[in-house]
Amino acid sequence: MNGVPVSVAAPVRLVELTIDGDSVKVPEGTTLLQACRGAGCPEIPTLCYGDTLTPKNACRVCMVEVEGSRTLVPSCSRKAEAGMVVNTSTERVNHSRKMVLEFLGSATDLSVAPNVDRWNDDYDVDIDRYGPDRRTQAQPVKRDNALYVRDYDKCILCYKCVDACGEQWQNTFAIAVAGRGFDSHIAAEFDTTLPDSACVYCGNCIAVCPTGALMFTSEHDMRAEGTWDEAAQTVTDTICPYCGVGCQLSLHVQDNTIVKVTSPSDHSVTHGNLCIKGRFGFQHVQNS
Amino acid sequence: MDLKLSNHTATKAEVQAISSVLGDPDSTWRGGDRAAADHHVARGGHSLRDQRHRLLPVLHAVNDRVGWISRGAINEIARRIDVAPAEVYGVATFYGLLSTVERAERQVHVCIDLACMMVRPDAEPLPHGAHESPCLGLCERAPAALLIEAGDPQVQQVIAPATPVAVRAALAGDLTGDAADEAPVVQGVPQCADGAIDDLVLLGRIGRTDPTSLDSYRSAGGYLALRRALDIGAVAVIRELTDSGLMGRGGAAFPAGRKWDAVARQPARPHYIVCNADESEPGTFKDRVLMEGDPFALIESMTIAAFATGCEQGYIYMRGEYPRARRMLTNAIAQATARGLLGDDVMGSGTAFHLVVFLGAGAYICGEETAIFNSIEGFRGEPRNKPPFPVEVGLFGKPTLVNNVETMVNVLPIVLNGGVAYARRGTSGSTGTKLFCLSGSVARPGVYEVDFGATLRDLIDLGGGLTAGRTLRAVLLGGAAGTFATADDLDVPLTFEDTRAAGLSLGSGVVMVLDDTTDLTAYVRRIAAFFRDESCGQCVPCRVGTVRQEEMLDRLAAGATAASERDLMLDIGRVMRDASICGLGQTAHNAIESAIVKLGVMS
Repeated sequence: MNGVPVSVAAPVRLVELTIDGDSVKVPEGTTLLQACRGAGCPEIPTLCYGDTLTPKNACRVCMVEVEGSRTLVPSCSRKAEAGMVVNTSTERVNHSRKMVLEFLGSATDLSVAPNVDRWNDDYDVDIDRYGPDRRTQAQPVKRDNALYVRDYDKCILCYKCVDACGEQWQNTFAIAVAGRGFDSHIAAEFDTTLPDSACVYCGNCIAVCPTGALMFTSEHDMRAEGTWDEAAQTVTDTICPYCGVGCQLSLHVQDNTIVKVTSPSDHSVTHGNLCIKGRFGFQHVQNS
Repeated sequence: MDLKLSNHTATKAEVQAISSVLGDPDSTWRGGDRAAADHHVARGGHSLRDQRHRLLPVLHAVNDRVGWISRGAINEIARRIDVAPAEVYGVATFYGLLSTVERAERQVHVCIDLACMMVRPDAEPLPHGAHESPCLGLCERAPAALLIEAGDPQVQQVIAPATPVAVRAALAGDLTGDAADEAPVVQGVPQCADGAIDDLVLLGRIGRTDPTSLDSYRSAGGYLALRRALDIGAVAVIRELTDSGLMGRGGAAFPAGRKWDAVARQPARPHYIVCNADESEPGTFKDRVLMEGDPFALIESMTIAAFATGCEQGYIYMRGEYPRARRMLTNAIAQATARGLLGDDVMGSGTAFHLVVFLGAGAYICGEETAIFNSIEGFRGEPRNKPPFPVEVGLFGKPTLVNNVETMVNVLPIVLNGGVAYARRGTSGSTGTKLFCLSGSVARPGVYEVDFGATLRDLIDLGGGLTAGRTLRAVLLGGAAGTFATADDLDVPLTFEDTRAAGLSLGSGVVMVLDDTTDLTAYVRRIAAFFRDESCGQCVPCRVGTVRQEEMLDRLAAGATAASERDLMLDIGRVMRDASICGLGQTAHNAIESAIVKLGVMS
């Protein structure tokens, strides 16, 4: 056996579909995104997709074309069906991705969102054509506690923080989407500060934020000073010392100082989640 | 749930309003005082959390009583139904009629939408204290306004026509005389007012029977269709519906028989039925006229639908700005229940059907068939991704039949006379009759019922032609989500197939006539503003696209002529159509593109 797990689940049927001209077989229930990644298609960009969360398909950047469908379909949530003919990089798909990236780039600050610069080049994004007077999400950074900052100028309203705070992980429900349309925003009740809200500072919202709108204060301040240097950081995995659950911590260290703590999203205990102690309670390590 | 609440407490009036929906708390577990027994018995858990669907009614109750929703009220609501205050706030801020900011008890909502803007003097600013409202569905009496005065009970009063004098009087609280009396429904149905009802299938009873009286309805043939439905059985009812070729009238034109059949076949239980009466498409008022003038017909149709598809609980999801329709339906449901036509044993058949009116709170998007579910369930009225479709996973995750009011009332003639007889009217692709909401520059605006196949010209002639002295510029067909027709399209038969072939759409049946004096630039910009306001904000193409589209029109209106603006317009429209989650975003560009490309507005 040599450590290979034995599946005790019911056998899963395979469905056969065509992706970019190639016939592919995937287990029933596989999403198109998973199927396309498995089939080695050209990269499908994603923003609101999170591997530990139910797909919200709000950002609409992962759209692909399915023959017979009037509109494009979100690959992150649409399940593969037998006989589907999927195309991942048609002119229509590329146009849609370009426009979504332009819409987001013209309304929000995507400067620290991973991969976006590269996608902007790939899809020939031009945000200047929306004019200098366009509405944006520009607003002051919210600093109301010592542990993390909320820079909603960077928020693309992917709902991941709300889902992580609410029923999908933390069950704290400190934040929700408030308002409507372009005025929609993430907020505690009556836009109150985090110390007044139900927030427990687990930081699981930071872990899922795809654009850096939610950020450790340490990281935010170092970026502001220009001293944040990911290339110079090491990541050390360890187990949280506080209780017996056994959460895995990844300590991000720069210049012999812990600057951020994460947990791998594929870890069987944490699924990327931690509590306030594991995520923020690392100062004692630095005490000399 | 372990809720963290702030120290703000609810006022006595707020607590009373909340209790009027939820009842008095019976223990500390439901927000009451702590009694000795509460230390030993837990009554929280699922039974407490299962009240989330009462969130919007309870928010309505507070807003209706006090005029706005305070932090204390939100804390109390959170405590009473075990929903976090952040979520309550998120839901409350979604709806246009609810306020989380303190305001006066008396609010006058003045319609600034398409039909009303055509007759309201441009230069006339709104009186202080009145505020702008999207279409109030009173287009045949434009310009319109709605007075809402919080209190116990709350007062809602339609003001149409809303002259500046009437609006100021409403604001001052002395709306009297003619202005305080709403015009009879039949005035909005010129065919009925003239007694020309021989060919009317859907509108025939309006003005002829008393909409407040079940006896009056029965004496005009009411409840014969339900009797026949119970006699022939559920399978036969669905067969008649399929034979009739009835297509949904909400805009998507989906075959009703197929939808009913799909719901009936679902093994999961219970099944739900929802009537979409959230009529908010600018220029649309036919469902209001049906509900105000013939409310029992809707209830009877829904009872037949529920019987055929195995539903025991039904909702009429009605927009919050229809006070008379709400009164009529609430009364009709009470009478039908008292007479055994609703309830545990409908007409002695042994089948149960319970029906309630569920009030929306000012959100166009809640007319989207899946947004309705989220709204009823107590979440923000954001559309869900499809698939799965409502017939499989709908309200409360169960198979659900959703039809709009007009579709629903077509069931009566189909069941009564048979589907084949019904299909003899209209065309082979679009059977039966269709209601059109004629407004704008016509002599007699109102709801008109014509056979499918009548042309735009026929319809305008039926409405007495254009307003005297005006010439036709264009016709907005299908509402803000529709397209513009021109004089060249006057002979296109108004059927699903012919309008599609002509690049038009019937949408919700809006026929708004624009003449040579209409300011088309302002008109088109209002359409863009409407969608920007009403986008729920969930998906990027619609949330940002509707804003960028409006900005593009602003630049064109300011004199921009660059060809790049035209490319941008087409790009924005294309991504909204291709990648938005729901029909709102997918159609928010239609009328704008049609105005610029077809009418040459701003070019």
